[in-house]
Amino acid sequence: MTRDMILRGRLWVLKSGENLFSDIDTDMIYHNAHLAVTEIEKMGQFALGNLDGYKDFAVKAQPGDIILTGDNFGSGSSRQHAVDCFAALGVQAVIARSFGAIYKRNAINSGFPIMELPGLPDNLFEQFDEVELDLEKGVLSKGEKSFNGNPMSKVARDIYLAGGLFQYAEQM
Amino acid sequence: MGRTIVEKIMSSHSGDDCRAGDVAWIEIDNRTARDFAGASVVGNLEKYGGDSPIDDKQKTFFTFDCNVPANTIPYANNQHRIRLFARKYDLKVFDVDAGIGSHIVIEDKFGKPGTTTVGTDSHLNIMGSVGAFGQGMGDVDIAYAFKTGNVWFEVPHTVKVTLEGIPAQGTEAKDVALAMLRRFNNHELLGKAVEFYGPWVEKATIEDCITFSSLATEMGAIIGMIPPNDNVLGFFDISREEAVYADSDAEYSEEYILDINGLEPLIAAPPSPSNVSPVSEHSDVKVDGVFIGSCTNGTYQDLKYAAELLKGRKVAPGVMLKVVPATRETWSRLLDEGLLKDIFNAGGIISNAGCGGCASGQIGMTGEKEIQVSTSNRNFKGKQGRGNTYLAGIGTAVASAVLGRIASVHELKEVRT
Ligand code: SF4
Repeated sequence: MTRDMILRGRLWVLKSGENLFSDIDTDMIYHNAHLAVTEIEKMGQFALGNLDGYKDFAVKAQPGDIILTGDNFGSGSSRQHAVDCFAALGVQAVIARSFGAIYKRNAINSGFPIMELPGLPDNLFEQFDEVELDLEKGVLSKGEKSFNGNPMSKVARDIYLAGGLFQYAEQM
Repeated sequence: MGRTIVEKIMSSHSGDDCRAGDVAWIEIDNRTARDFAGASVVGNLEKYGGDSPIDDKQKTFFTFDCNVPANTIPYANNQHRIRLFARKYDLKVFDVDAGIGSHIVIEDKFGKPGTTTVGTDSHLNIMGSVGAFGQGMGDVDIAYAFKTGNVWFEVPHTVKVTLEGIPAQGTEAKDVALAMLRRFNNHELLGKAVEFYGPWVEKATIEDCITFSSLATEMGAIIGMIPPNDNVLGFFDISREEAVYADSDAEYSEEYILDINGLEPLIAAPPSPSNVSPVSEHSDVKVDGVFIGSCTNGTYQDLKYAAELLKGRKVAPGVMLKVVPATRETWSRLLDEGLLKDIFNAGGIISNAGCGGCASGQIGMTGEKEIQVSTSNRNFKGKQGRGNTYLAGIGTAVASAVLGRIASVHELKEVRT
């Protein structure tokens, strides 16, 4: 996985009707029918497999893609699969207006970049925009259009750059 | 600007000036894991822990409370895997005889006001009852705490709730907590720390505080903080200066007043702890079983009260009364004082100390359509078996057991034999 503070990639804008998709819970991200899977490589095929309109996401996603969603992404259970399934597909980052608290913890601890953009308008970015994500500054942009969110916290950055919580511990 | 209790505790444990929204590494005073998920903590440490997986042996321990003694092979395997690991690294195990871990942390005074505790128990925020910080986390986080002594935490915003007035006679800490759930539901305080004030809070016993704070999890809160009152300070034998209080100009994200004056006993009907209404509205519900215990209502004070109410009375025919003291220490006091006899003679079944009623149904599960009144904290579908569980305080639980239908303690007094 790349460990750059600036990521570039194709944006998947997850929408429900006209609006950014909100309250996507961990069962929609990674259904509990597949919880017994323990190898991360095998989790990719189930990513968003239970989310209306995106059930074929795993087939269509390409390594390097970035996901954009609305409020409260990843609410629900504490399953790590809901983070790992994206890493397995080579998805670089998930951006949301806000995240469920446990999802946020799991993502940070596994060194998977996430970014919060509170107040992001529903239609600023479009499906498959080629975007730039500045984790340091907390900015998502495409050419002239850009939106400022929360910069990555120091803790999250340290863990991200190390590649995960335990990898970080090894450096201590 | 001043700081809230959580901001102060996190500041003193990180060396930074921590404010709501900051993410900080927090030093943990008590690093624990229980029989549930503890084996995964061990697994992570074996994989990533290297030659020295434990930062500080004095601060690190296991508590077996969920399934004690183990009545399934997987639990037995997990517990023994933990024992072997603990022996190898010379760590303390509060084994299957000891009781609920969060209560032991308070009872043995590891978790003084102002300290930090983490573990794999989602009700470890019960530490808020003594003005300390506690939090349940996943096995990766806890393994990391075992190895390094630290976890990172996003400092929560704090909501201030003032409970105004004094509840009616016969109303307990559990009823006050249920009044909170009725007012704030299970999502309005999501991700927040809550500080509680008011005359009830100032007079509450340490056991009342434990009951009250244990339901913060059901409110979706990170923690329910009770500024240590004289009872709590007395228990730990410390002065006000040694405890942590909010500054008078602390910044709260919201402030609420909840009127609990004259509050009557409440009950949470299935399937959610926030589905709360007065006990009196359910008097036609026939009861099949009653459970008294758990980290919410399994203290010495709780069981002593239950015993006093049961003395000279009998559980209604066909009703099971299951009683589980939270810790071995509680068990021993009840035994010494002859209180177990009152429970036993009334028809109660008494089990060994632990979680008993909710985790893996140690003292039995409920069957389909079975109606149970429980002093525990969760009544989601399937949590305590297949039946329908109502959550209530000790008085309601005992009265329902004796009358064979949902009843408040006031009705029990009328049938004194
Ligand atoms: S009594 Fe129940 S809720 Fe409390 S710690 Fe034990 S399992 Fe959890």
